[in-house]
Amino acid sequence: MKDMSIDTIAASRAATVTALSPVARFSLRGRGDAVAALSAALGVELLARVGARAQAGARDVLCLGPDEWMIHAPEGDAAAIINACAGVAAPHALVEVSDRELSYAITGPQAAELLTLGCPRDPDSIAVGEGRRTVFDGATVILWRDGRDAFRMDVWRSFAPHVTHLLATGCRELALG
Amino acid sequence: MLLIHCPCCDETLPEMEFAYAGEAHVARPADPSAVSDAEWEAFLFIRTNVKGPHFERWRHIHGCGRFFNAVRDTVSDRFLTTYPAGAPRPDLTTLMGDDA
Repeated sequence: MKDMSIDTIAASRAATVTALSPVARFSLRGRGDAVAALSAALGVELLARVGARAQAGARDVLCLGPDEWMIHAPEGDAAAIINACAGVAAPHALVEVSDRELSYAITGPQAAELLTLGCPRDPDSIAVGEGRRTVFDGATVILWRDGRDAFRMDVWRSFAPHVTHLLATGCRELALG
Repeated sequence: MLLIHCPCCDETLPEMEFAYAGEAHVARPADPSAVSDAEWEAFLFIRTNVKGPHFERWRHIHGCGRFFNAVRDTVSDRFLTTYPAGAPRPDLTTLMGDDA
């Protein structure tokens, strides 16, 4: 058994699930002229293709829908993001959702296989460096794929105990097989 | 499990990511107070209930969140096509091919 730090939810030779530190999260909605103006204000291009990600510094922006993006940034950057978008005149909605979700890192040689426990879609259909909103055993989650064997999962905090319990069970089961 | 093509994400994904949302192309009257009770009843309750190709709405709720329309054969459950909400009805004879 690996060393279990307090942030480690589960660890086996198949996969490791770790709770990640809090980050600032924003839901950004906008369309038309607002998109280019918001991209300029944030310093990150808001990509139009669902699942595409763009980074600038520590800001990571994932396109969730045709007019919807999720922004992750360090907590200290939150005020700067709010101020940047406040200066955009075109209609848009920036909502801070930092406390709505918790993030977990899912890594290891069978990380993608572990996700198939709850995801009806094939996790391998998410390219490295992209992300998707999908469903994990009934709970809406956002998956960010940072590497072939490295995922991050954002889950609404009330669903987190259920999701992490299932992931922990899966870690044990995959290690047996 | 049904596999549904989301026209917004341009991906074919499992039904579990989607929510069914009733018959498509049911337009709300522009001036509700002007229509008769019978017309209002027809708008609210009367559906085609077809046996065969059915125009229906779906929502990619665990994904992009968009509503879109689909043509599904209610006998075979086969999806003939999906298209963005607001687009006109696709031509059924083209979709059905030899089966029409």
